[in-house]
Amino acid sequence: MSGKSRRDFLKKSALIGAGVAGFSTTTSKAAPKNILSEDRMGVLVDTTACVGCRNCEWACKDAHGLPAGNLESYEDRKILETKRRPDHTALTVVNEYPHGKNSNLPIDLKVQCMHCDHPACVSACIVGAFSKQENGSVIWDTDMCIGCRYCMAACPFQIPAFEYDKALNPLIMKCDFCFERTKEGKLPACVSICPVEALTYGPRTELIKIARSRIKRNPARYVDHIFGEYEVGGTSWMYLASKDFKELDFPNLGKNPAPGVSESIQHGIFAYFVPPVSLYALLGGIMWITKRRKELEEEGKI
Amino acid sequence: MNHELVNPVPIKHKFFTPGVIALVIIALNGLVFLMGRFFFGLGAVTNLNNQYPWGLWIGVDVAAGVALAAGGFTTAALGHVMHREEYHAIVRPALLTAMLGYTFVAMGVFVDIGRWYFIWHPLVMWNGNSALFEVGICVMIYMSVLYIEFLPIVTERFIGKVNLPGFLSSLNKLVDKILRLLDRGLSKTMFVFIIAGVVLSTLHQSSLGTLMVIAGPKMHPLWQTPVLPLLFLLSAISVGLPMVIFESLIASRSLKLKPEMHILSRLGSMIAPILGIYLAFKIGDMFIRETFVYLGEFNTASVMFTIEILFGVVIPLRMFLSPKVLKSPPLLFTASALVVFGVLLNRINNFVVAYTPPYSTESYFPSFGEISVTVGFAAMLVLAYRFIVLNFPVISLPGKHTAQPTKYSIRGVEK
Repeated sequence: MSGKSRRDFLKKSALIGAGVAGFSTTTSKAAPKNILSEDRMGVLVDTTACVGCRNCEWACKDAHGLPAGNLESYEDRKILETKRRPDHTALTVVNEYPHGKNSNLPIDLKVQCMHCDHPACVSACIVGAFSKQENGSVIWDTDMCIGCRYCMAACPFQIPAFEYDKALNPLIMKCDFCFERTKEGKLPACVSICPVEALTYGPRTELIKIARSRIKRNPARYVDHIFGEYEVGGTSWMYLASKDFKELDFPNLGKNPAPGVSESIQHGIFAYFVPPVSLYALLGGIMWITKRRKELEEEGKI
Repeated sequence: MNHELVNPVPIKHKFFTPGVIALVIIALNGLVFLMGRFFFGLGAVTNLNNQYPWGLWIGVDVAAGVALAAGGFTTAALGHVMHREEYHAIVRPALLTAMLGYTFVAMGVFVDIGRWYFIWHPLVMWNGNSALFEVGICVMIYMSVLYIEFLPIVTERFIGKVNLPGFLSSLNKLVDKILRLLDRGLSKTMFVFIIAGVVLSTLHQSSLGTLMVIAGPKMHPLWQTPVLPLLFLLSAISVGLPMVIFESLIASRSLKLKPEMHILSRLGSMIAPILGIYLAFKIGDMFIRETFVYLGEFNTASVMFTIEILFGVVIPLRMFLSPKVLKSPPLLFTASALVVFGVLLNRINNFVVAYTPPYSTESYFPSFGEISVTVGFAAMLVLAYRFIVLNFPVISLPGKHTAQPTKYSIRGVEK
């Protein structure tokens, strides 16, 4: 505990230090941690393998201290009749869709945070609580959060959830890619429980190779598209499916990172504080001139 | 030189009227729902959910609130930076509106954020990439600047009239001295704050537009554009003077004063060009991005966009071009009210109507509680405005031309 609070303290001190330094040098130092490591990890979700057992939902809740119930209760497939979204009670959910090509079985699709390579939430967060870690996970510091919910407005996948029913200490909740577990060398809870190996955990570059070879070996089984390889600049979680991703409720996103445009606008307006300072000088000049002219006019009249 | 000499005085009028009592009831109703929000959480009072994280409070209380308080910086730029002394009579009321407007914006933010007790976090935790961070910091600084700009009105009210009750009366002389010192210091340095106020306003009025850019395809293409910051700035500038006219005419009606038509008409004549520039950019953006195709569809977005442009920009633009409108108080009021309505609707459209999250099953409409709080805040603002103009020298009475030196001078060019 003392180790954690010490770390928090150091982290905060560094942040304040960086913030103060940022004022005199560049704004980028006031930006949150956003590492894009070559070796970042990811998960490949093969929806053609998923059987919709929802064990991952149970394991996720169990690993995050959320009320999980017993595993047997997840066998009830009635819940798959309605589409659900991750929220503060379940950080991942499985939805079911009508079958795709070459199969009569329904498509089961696990939904959770995609852990973008260029995350909108990291860019948007007013206090810089979100960060993209070296291992690929997008996590956030609960102690910093002010509950403004801008991350939710920004997220292209509409993932962060908020505890609207809590008056005190409501939290933003989303999949954290089992950051605490993977740090100890364990697999993410959902990956480790999956009985059919629909989830593959590994370095993102490797996962793309695996996905490519699966499509190549079995072109009848998959559509030729790895969702997440390029979408919004790439995501750590990627999907294979037997059906167009639009029919599986994936948003239609381009290849450009979500925060790209707004960050260039921001940095344009604040390029080394030149535009605001110039505007200040300009207005000061106009004020001086107009005042002086008025006085000269009055003197001339007197 | 025939510049108007201004003589702001506390207005003599009773505080309570039937209208004021109605406002008090509306304000109290808002407070009841506010208590619900603080005791039972945001979910208990609002219709917000994981799909719609932002609603009426961000769209109206915060975004529209900031825009409609733009009268403060536009008149400061006109009166002090451009040094048009003939407009000094409207600078103080506009300043008061801006000060109260931003105070209520801050209160709107305070009730909307889930962890309100951490509202100070952005001061020490910075994210230079975040448009919201920039808006937050600028609004905080600008609000302080507005309070500083208002201070001379307070010192003017109390200098030579300090009369503390009871045992505090021994401090009367000291307080008076401090006020005089403050007044002298402020009148020498005020230009620093005035220019800062205009710069800060330009920055956050535009950054407010950057806010929704990151939402990308979640926002309807009629509004989602990379030039949103520019459109927000232009619309804020164009609503500044109409807002001043709007409130000046309401105040003179409510307080039984003669409307200052000679100033308001001249202000009105400046609005058409500004509105024209805004309209040109808005239409130009629409044609460059070819979003006019969406106007052919009949849905909420196309209807709201059309209302916003037609009633909020085109019709008032035509009205402000007519000399008849500029001379008639009811017509001038209508034209100004339309611009105010247009910008209010634009902010609602940008933050609420245009926002279409990918997985929503039903669209958002504000709850009775959310509307109560928003309307309640507006009522409180009007009550605070009324209280202050009745007790502080804000409104200038026409006809009383008492000499008053320019309050804010620049060092080096003093007389």
